[in-house]
Amino acid sequence: MFKKSFLIISIVMIMILSAFVTGCVDKQNAGDAAAKTLIYGRGADSISLDPAQVTDGESLKVTRQIFDTLVQYKEHNTEVIPALAEKWEQSEDGKTWTFYLRKGVKFHDGTDFNADAVVYNFNRWMDPKHPEHKGGEFPYYAYMFGGYLGDDGHVIKAVTAVDAHTVKFELNFTSGPFLNNLAMPPFAIASPTAVKADPVEFNQNPVGTGAFKIAENGWKKNDAITLIKNDNFWQKGFPLMDKLIYKSIPDNAARFTALQAGDIDMMDGMNPDDSKTVKQNDALALHIRPGMNIAYLAFNTEKKPFDNPKVRQALNMAVNKQGIINSFYANMAEPAINPMPNVLWGYNDSVIDYEYNIEKAKQLLAEAGHPNGFEVEFYAMQDPRPYMPNGKKVAEYMQQDFAKIGVKTKIVSYDWQTYKDRVGKGEHQMALFGWIGDNGDPDNFLYVLLDKDNTRTPDAGNISFYRSEPLHSILIEAQRSTDQSARSALYEKAQDIIKKDAPWIPLVHATVPEAARSDVKGWRPHPTGSEPLYNVSISK
Amino acid sequence: MTTPTTTRAIMGKQFLSHRSAMIGAMIVTLFLLLAISAPLITPYDYTERSPDLLTAPSAQHWFGTDEMGRDIFTRVIYGTRISLWVGFFAISGSILVGSLLGLIAGYYGGIRDTFISRLFDILLAFPSILLAISIVAMLGPGLNHALLAIAIINIPTFGRLMRARVISVKTEDYIAAARAIGMKDARIIMRHILPNSWTPILVQGTLGFATAVIEAAALGFLGLGAEPPAPEWGTMLSDARQYIQLAPWTMIFPGVAIMLTVLGFNLLGDGLRDIYDPKMKV
Amino acid sequence: MGNAIFSKGVVGLYAYIIRRMLMLIPVLIGMSIITFSIVHAIPGDPTKVILGDKATPEQVALVKENLGLDKPWYTQYFQYMKGVLTGDLGTSLITKRPISEEIRPFLAATFELSMVAMLFAFIFGINLGVLSAWRHNSWLDYGTMIIALIGVSIPVFWLGLMELWFFAQYLDLLPSYGRVDPRLGFVGITNFYLLDSILYGDVTYLKDVIMHLILPAIALGTIPMAIIARMTRSSMLEVMHSDYIRTARAKGLSEFWVIYKHTLKNAFMPILTVVGLQMGLLLGGAVLTETIFSWPGVGSYIYNAIHARDYPVIQSGILVLATIFVCINLLVDLLYGWIDPRIQYEKE
Repeated sequence: MFKKSFLIISIVMIMILSAFVTGCVDKQNAGDAAAKTLIYGRGADSISLDPAQVTDGESLKVTRQIFDTLVQYKEHNTEVIPALAEKWEQSEDGKTWTFYLRKGVKFHDGTDFNADAVVYNFNRWMDPKHPEHKGGEFPYYAYMFGGYLGDDGHVIKAVTAVDAHTVKFELNFTSGPFLNNLAMPPFAIASPTAVKADPVEFNQNPVGTGAFKIAENGWKKNDAITLIKNDNFWQKGFPLMDKLIYKSIPDNAARFTALQAGDIDMMDGMNPDDSKTVKQNDALALHIRPGMNIAYLAFNTEKKPFDNPKVRQALNMAVNKQGIINSFYANMAEPAINPMPNVLWGYNDSVIDYEYNIEKAKQLLAEAGHPNGFEVEFYAMQDPRPYMPNGKKVAEYMQQDFAKIGVKTKIVSYDWQTYKDRVGKGEHQMALFGWIGDNGDPDNFLYVLLDKDNTRTPDAGNISFYRSEPLHSILIEAQRSTDQSARSALYEKAQDIIKKDAPWIPLVHATVPEAARSDVKGWRPHPTGSEPLYNVSISK
Repeated sequence: MTTPTTTRAIMGKQFLSHRSAMIGAMIVTLFLLLAISAPLITPYDYTERSPDLLTAPSAQHWFGTDEMGRDIFTRVIYGTRISLWVGFFAISGSILVGSLLGLIAGYYGGIRDTFISRLFDILLAFPSILLAISIVAMLGPGLNHALLAIAIINIPTFGRLMRARVISVKTEDYIAAARAIGMKDARIIMRHILPNSWTPILVQGTLGFATAVIEAAALGFLGLGAEPPAPEWGTMLSDARQYIQLAPWTMIFPGVAIMLTVLGFNLLGDGLRDIYDPKMKV
Repeated sequence: MGNAIFSKGVVGLYAYIIRRMLMLIPVLIGMSIITFSIVHAIPGDPTKVILGDKATPEQVALVKENLGLDKPWYTQYFQYMKGVLTGDLGTSLITKRPISEEIRPFLAATFELSMVAMLFAFIFGINLGVLSAWRHNSWLDYGTMIIALIGVSIPVFWLGLMELWFFAQYLDLLPSYGRVDPRLGFVGITNFYLLDSILYGDVTYLKDVIMHLILPAIALGTIPMAIIARMTRSSMLEVMHSDYIRTARAKGLSEFWVIYKHTLKNAFMPILTVVGLQMGLLLGGAVLTETIFSWPGVGSYIYNAIHARDYPVIQSGILVLATIFVCINLLVDLLYGWIDPRIQYEKE
């Protein structure tokens, strides 16, 4: 059959031809089947592997395997312990910090890790005029350290090498969260040699001191990132695996199926309901990630009727938090009382939540001049967030409770980018929102989310547009102090004020259920959202 | 040419004896009835929550319950309203705009034809679902925006059909005659061209209805369709997706409903085509 | 036979191809303008994706300036088009990688999936069609036609989900996501894994790649399969009653082979049209299938870019897909004429 074979030939021709067009040739030896491989399934690919350039969890999850920071968090909380710096000290006035670095550490490219490398990295991040201040905007640096060199609020005055293994930080003013900030994965030390070679391409070929290094051509976009063991890792005997593969499977259910089938060894971003299946299956183990987060409903206090605190309090009484937790978090969340989670120091235990009481709520509404309730738009995010697995559903659930006190709501939702944009401009009347802590400092919740400084549109962090002077002075005082017990007392006072004014309905602190095959040992999900995996192994 | 009444009578008879057209018409009628009588035949309200979450199909809940304890049977039946509503208005919109453009292009020709035909080419060159997604992303999610997007992506289908039809009718002798006696364009179009062009549009419209129902469900599935708590089938599927293992029924029934509706319109459309326009092919 | 057009005049063919190519230009320009204006009207801001949820307004302004996002959209459009004309598809705002490089593996993944889906549709569609025409009005015919009808009516994403549930979860027979098991450490030479595994000559890889292709290919190929089956059936029914089939039968050839060979040959052309049309649709419509099976293809690449407001990626991605689509249509037209020389290149 001449014509049929013609068609087949032409199909093959097209395939070969397009193989030439689209095929950037990978030269890499085929995989070694004997290598101990751990596959980590997750919802999305990384954006960049230069930790200084990213803010997304999916990128930082991978970079923290490749890089190390000067100090790090303890494995289950946000207490700071040594990493690349073995010890440190603070001057009397609190403005000078000295770090003593670990000796004998080498970058993946064989160059030495030393004080010059630390100084180089900080200068690259902070100084817009630095020749390698390239490849992005260093967003987290500016966010955590008050802008760049020369900006008004910039925390760091100078970083200098005292000797080969001693680094001195001079600050412009004392900063409570400084040490906690340094433990954050974006502030990881990169090989200066590799950065200088190409500061932009560095995000494809990262070079750090971490337990794993990136395999040659190891990054297949939207698909997988392959890391291989760093044989010269400074913690002797680690990592335990030869290969670590991050595999992107966007759908939660599909990822869970892959885990059950053994196609992947561990995963994050599980549907809370699937945790039941995990418990029933001996081949799987549940791992709970403690929640350093909060999901809340923010009232726009600039708009009627939410300019009236009584209305806000009434709605606070009309929400069945436990019901939400049962239905959407598979019971794996704490009802939120304060705007920060209790894993942080400074949490105020004595604050009592508004009780769930429909009658009282109605009464309060009547007092506020709305005996028959009112109608509002209710913003809910469409995409799942770690603290809010299903925003639209939670809104739908609350919709019915609000209806009981006469408050009719129309649910409005947008995809995450649009949603943030609109909420940040204050277009909402009330909106579901949430926050994941960065550094384990209360300032990172209370100041960022509720201080009047953060009501600037179009990107308000305080989307209640709640402006309380007494709160502001307390928060600023706490920010500038370096005495933790004094700060703790100030933050407790702040939580009392916030509870009374009720700019939010704090909803839940989600503890995030994650799952692995039961033969995966040593995984301990960290509250900050990612953790090093050098001590994780598979026992066969 | 036979007189219209006898033609119609013959066609009616053909319709009744055409099996697939009849089955299609029956399915479509069934869904129409379900949509109209939804409150009468459903045992619950579509937002009503029972304490039994994700229960399997039973005597109380024929199709089981979803993750909020709502009766899936009720939601599927109410979903019929949404799907038929979207299908009808989206396709009516496409037909209206498409036919008008096609008519102008076909009747007047020239620069107008070139311009409109290129416009159709452009719209057809888009991967249609991506175009729909972009439009909804621009307008914000919601049923009406999804409807508008579906209407837009289906315009060229009807436009091209109308244009081709008008061009073929235009050359008929009686049109030339009408022109010769000085009949106005508008009158020629209303009296002679439209009546001779509506059958393929009707056939294509029926088939397009099926496509529109699927497209609406697809947008709903991607989270760009109806807002909660509306029981839109695609949205139900996207919610059900995470319970695929725990409660497969949450996924099976809305899908079957989509398939049956689409099947009904496809059968009806195929049948109509066989009867009214045997020369027309896919 | 088949060479009739060439003998008729190569000049005519070239002229035709060139004319068709020229007609593409306004279409592609119009399309890029529409895409650009729609995409820029989408609320939301790519700087938020770049800087995360926690950016200061100063940073946002700075990034906008650096990326040229502070300029009006038509200025951005002209800058973008200038690049396209010199073969530069722009740079992703998010990953800061050149799109022409970044898009290749995605295109290849989609292309491979579409090819296999088409092959599935082709083989099953034609055989089902032949079968039901051969046993016209039998239960076999009805059964096949019911399958075909369901095939055109089933929503792709639902079919995909049901496949996942049944074959990947319930029976645990086939993998549920991706193109290849990452544990195998498979590294491609080209981005076509099927081709690669053959080039490697490794059966394990080949088997794994095929296993990964089955479910998505069936989901994607079902609609064209059903259409091809129906087309084959109806055009075969027409041909079967023609004189020369009767002659062939009279000559005593075995009935089934008569039908299979002779009629198929004549029914080939209309089928080819459908194949061509559907191929283009497959390339564009893979979004849903790719989402469900976590297939790293160009559909999900663009879909993610819409989510992230990565303007250049959306723009270039749609432009590339549309160009491929129109080129396939052109190719089909040419093939059409090549197979049946009676077709003139004058008709629209």
